[in-house]
Amino acid sequence: MKDRIMNRRTLVVIFAAFLLAYPFLVGQSSYFMSLIAMTAIYAIAAMSLNLLTGYGGQISVGQGGFLMLGTYTAAVLSAKLDMPIWITIPAAGVVAGLVSLVIGLPAVRLKGHFLAVATLGFGLSIPEIALNWKSVTAGYSGLPMMRPEAVSSDLAFFYVILVVTMVITWILLNIANSRLGRAFLAIRDSEIAAAATGINVAGYKTIMFMIAAFFTGIGGGLYAYWIEYVSPNDFTIMTSFFLLAMIVVGGLASIWGAIVGAILFTIIPHFADSYVGVTNLIIGVAVILIILFRPSGLISIGELFGRNLKTKELESAPVKPDQKQSSEVTDAKF
Amino acid sequence: MEQIVISGLIFGCVYGLAALGLVLIFRTTGLVNFAHGEMAMVTTFVAFTFLSTFELPFFVSFLLAILFAALFGVLIYLVLIRHVGDASHLNQLVLTLGIFLAVHGGAGLIWGHTPTSFPRALDGSSIQLGPIFISPNELFVLVVTFILAMALFALFRFTQVGLSMRASSQDLTAARLMGINVNFVFMVTWASGSVLGGIAGLLTAPFTFLGVSMMFNVLIMAFAAAVLAGFLSLPGAVIGGLIIGIFGNLVSYYWAPEMALVCTFVLIIVVLYIRPQGIFSAPEAIKKV
Repeated sequence: MKDRIMNRRTLVVIFAAFLLAYPFLVGQSSYFMSLIAMTAIYAIAAMSLNLLTGYGGQISVGQGGFLMLGTYTAAVLSAKLDMPIWITIPAAGVVAGLVSLVIGLPAVRLKGHFLAVATLGFGLSIPEIALNWKSVTAGYSGLPMMRPEAVSSDLAFFYVILVVTMVITWILLNIANSRLGRAFLAIRDSEIAAAATGINVAGYKTIMFMIAAFFTGIGGGLYAYWIEYVSPNDFTIMTSFFLLAMIVVGGLASIWGAIVGAILFTIIPHFADSYVGVTNLIIGVAVILIILFRPSGLISIGELFGRNLKTKELESAPVKPDQKQSSEVTDAKF
Repeated sequence: MEQIVISGLIFGCVYGLAALGLVLIFRTTGLVNFAHGEMAMVTTFVAFTFLSTFELPFFVSFLLAILFAALFGVLIYLVLIRHVGDASHLNQLVLTLGIFLAVHGGAGLIWGHTPTSFPRALDGSSIQLGPIFISPNELFVLVVTFILAMALFALFRFTQVGLSMRASSQDLTAARLMGINVNFVFMVTWASGSVLGGIAGLLTAPFTFLGVSMMFNVLIMAFAAAVLAGFLSLPGAVIGGLIIGIFGNLVSYYWAPEMALVCTFVLIIVVLYIRPQGIFSAPEAIKKV
């Protein structure tokens, strides 16, 4: 066991070192830096969604809406009210969190497909509202942004995104391993059993929605500063679909799985974008193949090599979801 | 006012048909099909190919496209859906999302991304009925919806397959023990669901346009209708579709077309907050979830 943990720690350190050195490996090319910056932003959203969906079992098909809330909050506060970045980014998270409370109130009572459709409606509505609330969002034309003086270069802001992403990853890993994370798993496995063990199901579900929305909102805020321009087309309902696909392809109930999914889904368009629509085809086929042949996600491939990336993460979990899911696979095969 | 309600009713019929397919598949197989709209889009493109490339008459193309829709539904079920029958809801949902993306991308490669127009079933000038005007094509939509709803009712009520479908939706294990070939029942369900969606697509195309994204809005509204109906009731799905169609049309006329979607979902959130099981389902109906 100690070997495995060491192994995992070494991997993470190597990965982090690679990311820190990355801008110099690609000669500070803004295209390749943007690729990783976008991966980081999607990773933040995917990790948050995985906390909600993978750990908590609450399907959200509208997480892209919270990304967009984050971008617009940061953009409006910065462009119209001239607020500094250390207020706008946290505010992006707080606004997304508060809105999730409004969405979460009915959502707490909903289950399965009802929740999926309710969140789908949310994800669809936010871009429409951004388009139509012209006095605040400037509609189609969008809002321009300015990075603060100290981090105005691409290189400097790349590191800002990287550091924030790493901090959020660390926080989410800890949440997943805490009392909260265990309560989420219990709610996912059986709400009745969770309630019987004294877990406040409605309360924890609300907290789940708020945490996921808060961090996704921060990711949206970072996006606004990275692109330096926000428009209603930045995050469509497709973004929400991709986020859901990321966590399933990467691995449900695994923070690292969400990162793997985010990396994969940012790299596929990079190679496939020369033809319109090919990206969708490839991602669609990838999702279908993963669900059919590897339902616990790509992260579970690590287990084949005896390098269980999930081990530490799930040691204290009441039910190991990868075991539960692999039993479902065998069921499905027969 | 009456005119807006009537044109909302026409859209409502299309939403209702698409919702009917969704609900049919959900109540028998327990799966929410996100690829419903894209499968319908493919059917519509197939009809268009028959019309334009082979220059067949409209109604022959219509029937051939429906036949294609049935085969396509069976194919999707046999090749993909059958293998996740026992997987978690989330995996099933994401699989249909994957089919959605793959079909969307594939159709774009085959038929391109430029929208074209689709011929109407019936041409001719509008007929005046009291204060309202209605075109023969709109009348066609109303009649087709009514016939399909009745046919589906007859299928469920009077045929052996319909009985098996009702049995499978109530209890799969018991249905198997009673000697029902569940695999066949599911194939019929997917075929009829796909046909209903396909007809919705064929009816939508003349009003909007023919393109790979044509069914997206219809799918969303069909979801709204299905949720309003509680995802289990077939008559509820049609009524839900009509409500959503009229409501959306009123909002887009009196406020803004883009706000129709937002208001529809606010309506749904409000309805679900009051009745989490939907308007037309009894509270016990959600025990399966």
